[in-house]
Amino acid sequence: MVNGTARVADGVLESDSLLTMLRERLDLPGSKGACEQGECGSCSVYLDGVLVCSCLVLAAQADGHGVLTVEGLADGDRLDPVQQAFIDAGAVQCGFCTPGLVLAAHDLLGRHRDPSDLEIREALAGNLCRCTGYEKVLDAVRLALARRSR
Amino acid sequence: MASSGTRTLVRGRIGELVLRPDGVPKVTGAFQFASDLSREGMAWGVTVRSPHAHARIAAIDVSEAAALHGVLAVLTHADVPGRKTYGMEHHDQPVLAWDEVRYEGEPVVIVAAVDLETARLAAARVRVHYEELPVVTWDDGIVLRHVPIRHGDQEVSAEVVVSGTYEVGMQDQAFLGPESGLAIPAEDGGIDLHVATQWLHVDQEQVAASTGLTLEQTRLHLAGVGGAFGGREDVSMQIHASLLALRSGRPVKMVYTREESFYGHVHRHPARMRYEHGATRDGRLVYVKADVLLDGGAYASSSPAVVSNAATFAVGPYRVESATIDATVTLTNNPPCGAMRGFGAVQVAFAHEAQMDRLAAALGIDPVDLRIANALTTGDRMITGQLVEGPAPVAELLERLRAMPLPPDTAMLPSDQRDLPGGLANVTHGEGVRRGVGYAIGFKNIGFSEGFDDYATARVRVSLVDGAPRVEVHTAACEVGQGLVTVLAQIARTELEIADVVVLQADTLVGSAGSTSASRQTWMTGGAVRLACEAVRARLHELSPERHVEETAEHHHRPTVPLDPVTGQGDSVVALAFAAHRAVADVDCELGLVRVVEIATSQDVGRIINPIQCEGQIQGGIAQGLGLAVMEEIQLGAGRIRNASFTDYLIPTVLDMPTVRLDILETPHPLAPYGLNGVGEPPTIASTPAVVAALRDASGIALARVPVRPEDLTTSSSSVSSS
Repeated sequence: MVNGTARVADGVLESDSLLTMLRERLDLPGSKGACEQGECGSCSVYLDGVLVCSCLVLAAQADGHGVLTVEGLADGDRLDPVQQAFIDAGAVQCGFCTPGLVLAAHDLLGRHRDPSDLEIREALAGNLCRCTGYEKVLDAVRLALARRSR
Repeated sequence: MASSGTRTLVRGRIGELVLRPDGVPKVTGAFQFASDLSREGMAWGVTVRSPHAHARIAAIDVSEAAALHGVLAVLTHADVPGRKTYGMEHHDQPVLAWDEVRYEGEPVVIVAAVDLETARLAAARVRVHYEELPVVTWDDGIVLRHVPIRHGDQEVSAEVVVSGTYEVGMQDQAFLGPESGLAIPAEDGGIDLHVATQWLHVDQEQVAASTGLTLEQTRLHLAGVGGAFGGREDVSMQIHASLLALRSGRPVKMVYTREESFYGHVHRHPARMRYEHGATRDGRLVYVKADVLLDGGAYASSSPAVVSNAATFAVGPYRVESATIDATVTLTNNPPCGAMRGFGAVQVAFAHEAQMDRLAAALGIDPVDLRIANALTTGDRMITGQLVEGPAPVAELLERLRAMPLPPDTAMLPSDQRDLPGGLANVTHGEGVRRGVGYAIGFKNIGFSEGFDDYATARVRVSLVDGAPRVEVHTAACEVGQGLVTVLAQIARTELEIADVVVLQADTLVGSAGSTSASRQTWMTGGAVRLACEAVRARLHELSPERHVEETAEHHHRPTVPLDPVTGQGDSVVALAFAAHRAVADVDCELGLVRVVEIATSQDVGRIINPIQCEGQIQGGIAQGLGLAVMEEIQLGAGRIRNASFTDYLIPTVLDMPTVRLDILETPHPLAPYGLNGVGEPPTIASTPAVVAALRDASGIALARVPVRPEDLTTSSSSVSSS
């Protein structure tokens, strides 16, 4: 299951990562490959509700499991509040890290009612961003939290 | 259109908080980066690179690779139909090496195959026989350019003299989106190349020259760019993918891996610098002597311009009677170096700011007071003899910065382990931790210098769509993440009072916009859009459902001249921009671990065009400055890169990057559209020396090299801890 739909991937190699399968076999290029060794978090997806670096998971390991990618986060045209907060806070520049950071922030908000700044930083520490200096990414998470508590 | 009677202004003009038009596709994953492109029948290209830093190529055998099922093309230098070399200014870099390889990672053979796996297999079967040659590094490089500056009396002495030697490691741009592009053969025999780049037209010229196509047959289109920071100014896969597409007759995509990316673009020049400052006892700067050596690596790239900047900005934004500067860039067998954010000003700022602190200590003067006493201001002359005509609020920036509140001293009473150096590694509970504060200021040129007319072109069209006016802005200016697409639309709305503005994808079907570098694009292409809008506005009465109004305009900045090759004098720069930084850092003096607590900055931006994007540039630029200060370095051994990965080349995470306290000054620049000024680079110049000054203040260690490593902070810790 990928983003709520049963998907069959053709031509998957034994060596393919989940990231490669998503991007090259299932036409879901939203998850990004920037380091291919689990350092940058750009390829983050949910695997059965757990945030993983899809570059470190073999495609075969996802067989029969549920995958949620950044493409599956919005409800049609209605953005997830975390996505909207990233836009509103100016947390998006080049955007290459954004899919991973959006999912990491989404995961944090799902686990924590009211995370402190340090908890937010810790939750995002697996995601590299080279453009923003992270300040507006933190703003985005705070904004999403504030809107949720309204 | 705004009704002229009520004078209602359209929203989304300059100065307003306007959100970026590509925000939604970027948060949903729909935005197409260059690495996301695909076409029916697409093949993949890969590059075979030299494993040696310097070797003679004795033989290349591609027969095994070419025989592999699914391989479409295996090309060597013999298959380059046009110019066999490329380069932005100097065409000295082989498209594919023939007689010699001059750096590790230099491209030798390119392969296209039906899929990536086959292409990689084929690449592994290419046999290149090398005969290794001696590796030339720092100490015996060949001089590519020497820039001397002789300013004022050269036989001068001073009451107080301080000197020091300083070193800057090789920094990588480390943009997250790897070098990527898709070349599609066209029916006219030409090529459509979709690529992540900073300067479409300079790529177009180089692709056309080497493929043998005409410029008209070589059409470049900007694909989504995952960050740039200077690293995409030089050609990477552009010519290779085009050659493979032309040979195979198929669309060919190339995407570098992260490891390959470290070999696939130029880096920030490492520097070795020797400085001597002389001053009067009351703190007036009398002279600065500096020898600056930059390692340019194997090919020229933009080294001649980088070394010019290193010379021009060698003393920092200070008034000084006499300067003797010798800045040199050499060719070696290290990886080629070229453009990176700050472009030559970064390296010298580390040295001149360390020297100002050293001088302040020798004089017993507060370091900020010393800087203010010698601050460059409008009406002064730079060491190149050029009159500073625009704003130069050096003293004001420093005063404002000093007046900003300091963060509370959490290290004294740690509330959370994560607030301490080492964080959750739990290596200290506050013992051995000292706090330091450091200040620095820097400046650089906005736009290209030394006689280069880096003009920009914009085409603006107004048409009626369902009875309502729509503006289309078409330029070749590269959006690389900084938000140019937002500000170009803001400028069009401001000039035309039309809300509906679409910024078209950049391509070479319109005139050059110059490079997205030198903090110049809002000024230059923004200026061209403004001029085109003004021309359109004068003809808006012609607009009808049947007839659009379109104008194309070029914006040129005022001319500059090359520096005199003997004296280094000349009006070489268009404009200057300034930023000051204050860093507060905690250092675990026993383990050498660092936590930067806060960075405060005062920066003059001329005029804020978009507040959220302006802040984003400053915050992001400071993060790269912090990275150079404490962690970022490409480590070399005999010309070989030892850390070509994000596991081993560290860039700041959200745990490394502190809160930035921002103070943005708006002093209108008289030469620029709307009084704006370049914003992107100044944050990356003085942030590095400010952080290191804070580390010196905390540790008491001189720290003459960046990045500062833990062992640098513990070398003489015994003497420090007893003080």
